[in-house]
Amino acid sequence: MKRRIKLNNGIINADADPIRRLIDVLRYDLQVTGTKDGCGEGACGACSIILNGECVNSCIILFGQIEDGDEILTVEGLLKDGKLSRLQESFVKNGAVHCGACIPGMLLSATALLNKNLKPTDEEIKDSISGNLCRCTGYGKIIKAIRECI
Amino acid sequence: MKSVGKNIPRLDGYDKVTGKVKYVDDIDIPDCWRGEVVRSDIPYGRIKKINFDKAFDWDKVMTCTYKDIPGKNATIFLSDDQPILAENLVKHVGEAIVLIAAPSASKALEAKKHITIEYDTLDSVLSIEDSRKRKNVIFGKDNIQAKYKIEKGDVKKGFAEADFIVEGEYRTGFHEHAYIETQGMAAIPRPDGGLTVTGSLQCPYYVLKTLKSALLLDETKINVVQAPMGGAFGGKEDYPSLLGMYVALLSIKSGKPVKIIYSRDEDIVVTTKRHPSIVTHKTGVKKDGTITAMEIDVAFEGGAYSTLSPVVLSRGVIHSAGAYKCENTFCTANCYATNNVPTGAFRGFGAPQVFYALEMHIDKVAERIGMSPHEFRLKNCVEVGDRLSTTQLLKESVGAKECLEKVLSAADFGKKWRNNLDTCAFKHLRTKKGIGLSLYMHGGAFTGSGEGMKSEAGLRLNKDGTISVLTGCTDMGQGSHTVLPQIAAESLGVPAALVNTAVPDTAVVPDSGPTVASRTTMIIGSILVRCAEKMKKKLPDLKKRDVKELLKTYYSEHGELKIIERYILPPEIKWDQEKHCGDAYPVYSWAADVAEVSVDAETFEVSVDKLTVAVDVGRAVNPVLVEGQMEGGTLQALGWALMEDCIYKNGKPVNNRFQTYIIPTAKDAPEWKTIIVEKPFSYGPFGAKGIGELPLDGGAPAIANAIYNATGLRITSLPITPEKLYSLYEEKNKIK
Ligand code: FES
Ligand code: FES
Repeated sequence: MKRRIKLNNGIINADADPIRRLIDVLRYDLQVTGTKDGCGEGACGACSIILNGECVNSCIILFGQIEDGDEILTVEGLLKDGKLSRLQESFVKNGAVHCGACIPGMLLSATALLNKNLKPTDEEIKDSISGNLCRCTGYGKIIKAIRECI
Repeated sequence: MKSVGKNIPRLDGYDKVTGKVKYVDDIDIPDCWRGEVVRSDIPYGRIKKINFDKAFDWDKVMTCTYKDIPGKNATIFLSDDQPILAENLVKHVGEAIVLIAAPSASKALEAKKHITIEYDTLDSVLSIEDSRKRKNVIFGKDNIQAKYKIEKGDVKKGFAEADFIVEGEYRTGFHEHAYIETQGMAAIPRPDGGLTVTGSLQCPYYVLKTLKSALLLDETKINVVQAPMGGAFGGKEDYPSLLGMYVALLSIKSGKPVKIIYSRDEDIVVTTKRHPSIVTHKTGVKKDGTITAMEIDVAFEGGAYSTLSPVVLSRGVIHSAGAYKCENTFCTANCYATNNVPTGAFRGFGAPQVFYALEMHIDKVAERIGMSPHEFRLKNCVEVGDRLSTTQLLKESVGAKECLEKVLSAADFGKKWRNNLDTCAFKHLRTKKGIGLSLYMHGGAFTGSGEGMKSEAGLRLNKDGTISVLTGCTDMGQGSHTVLPQIAAESLGVPAALVNTAVPDTAVVPDSGPTVASRTTMIIGSILVRCAEKMKKKLPDLKKRDVKELLKTYYSEHGELKIIERYILPPEIKWDQEKHCGDAYPVYSWAADVAEVSVDAETFEVSVDKLTVAVDVGRAVNPVLVEGQMEGGTLQALGWALMEDCIYKNGKPVNNRFQTYIIPTAKDAPEWKTIIVEKPFSYGPFGAKGIGELPLDGGAPAIANAIYNATGLRITSLPITPEKLYSLYEEKNKIK
């Protein structure tokens, strides 16, 4: 199955079996490996991406569900003209990154939140990343990093 | 100071927030085959037959059994009892029997379906109790993988002097590391005929040791490279030696690069866990709060193979009497073999279990004599000049009391604790608040004279005028590859931006010992200070001009400059391993936690509102990273205390998924407050001590004590679930 999609900052043609998981198309077929696979069943959020403005788990989406013209944002797309986004910068500065395995998903959940809600409360921040498991940080510094970008 | 004590952002931060960092599954290896493992699905039995389905085309795939191992079929740890691939006996569910590699993951999986194993099952032993009473003997003569006894003073005399004797038994279960990146390794044939093994691993030289002994190759033919790691927490200390062998065997036999990446389910079934425990306490105490005797028994479940259990048990028993003054202590410990998955290293390494027991028990003792938990701890907490249970004299760097005092005042403990005491209010309120305390410590580096093994580390001047730290110790997320350059930069007197850490590759970096035991900052850091002293003597005065230019010029004139030094054990350390007596660790890090909880009076759900942690790390080389370690480790302790529970049925984990093995989310995380106390250690780099494991030791008992303060319910087995709280509540009310 062929699809013409916007992936991060470019338009690409992707060709894959419709029953292939979107995460595998991204990671293995397109070599866009920033998106991580932590559980494969929608329980950890390591594979979070933004699809047409919504944050979704790419491990439970099949390539067949993708349509021409769909827009996908992965962690690679957060960098603009070689510059870190405010969130990326804040994550590094605040010590919100440890091993980094959860970070791509975390950043996309936070990006989706701030795209929709300019002034989220701490509860809303916690809600927005509650599907992203982090085993390293204790979440405090991640929440702080997001809060500082409001 | 210009580098030490500064919050330098972690050096790998940029690559991690941009997705540029390449974990092992992200590395694109051309023509790479994928591996699968056929495993035992019974806990104990003899392998009768391995059937390779004749209808399947085996020419397209490669398989290996133990017969393909040219050397010793064992992982090399303390007793080498764990085979790499089972020969005729399997001792736990998930034990590897046949390896498969195929050009694609789907082909390898398909092949796996065409292999079946026939067994004669044997009578398995699946709990500490069954192992202790020798339901069947599955290990040595008596199922005991390790045992210790520590004696100080005379407990009989101590109990005779006591006004009260308080007893208690405390239990904990299996605990899963749940790093977000599952285990994975790759073996890649080198152009010179050798083999590179790379992957998510804590200890490159451990993996190399097993590879050398099993493959009969030397280090000219094989090198091990650590790939960036998505979390480990001890879980990637010993296990990668097995996984590294799997990919190496498959690669050597097929001539192809081979990668194995575990799925979450497989990872939870087959990799190590924290040791389940049963700890019993008997404490003698006087009315005035003096502890006259402590008798402690520690039982750990070691699983099917002993792997690292003897040292986990040793650390456990050494910490079991904690940070208290007591003249008479008697501690015994045994590690029991079972037919469950081998238990291994997990952040804390035997200490979290004993502190959960001790710190709950101390509250009970204090209550018995009518003292508050904080006054009792303040009275008994060790200071410089006191001796621990191993008779170790504490000479310096003892921040226990200061941590206690600071945490108590920051959390306003005394007042809140008294206000919450009316547990009768529990049934009248929608939610009831509680506050709890714990005091704990963690010995830095290896036990006793363990650090006498002469670990090496070094500094290398590079062509571009930068300096690289050379160490076999790895960064698994804790930040050591930022902290070590900070220490080196400070010692050299160069800007931190000029120092980095070389990729840990056994072909390039020296053997610094494993990345375990909260030893990296303290041990490797202190070697680097000495390397820097030597390097400085060779280099021109670095204060004068543009340092980078100066170093570049030096390189172009003199070529590469590399300094490698060995660790020197502080001379006064005296340790008797046989008696477990003397200086158990070069130094301890100390901490105290205050947990504040709300318990829902209808559902018995517990939420942790706030955790205040005071920690003595000697010197915080990078305070934000110290806070990160404390918060992250304490949240793991929170998970272990309240929700994480590996349920096993006939040796098989039932909840081996993130849908069913629940770890804390952002919504479970409390508000954090970390207070850093600095009592420098004279042999640590700039006074620094270890921090990695400490935070896991204190969270669970502080939460358990807070729940008791709120409800009057003391739950003596982890996790403290609403079900357990409810049934204890019912039981108590019935008796009334
Ligand atoms: S990998 Fe998709 S949610 Fe875990
Ligand atoms: S930083 Fe390691 S899982 Fe979040």
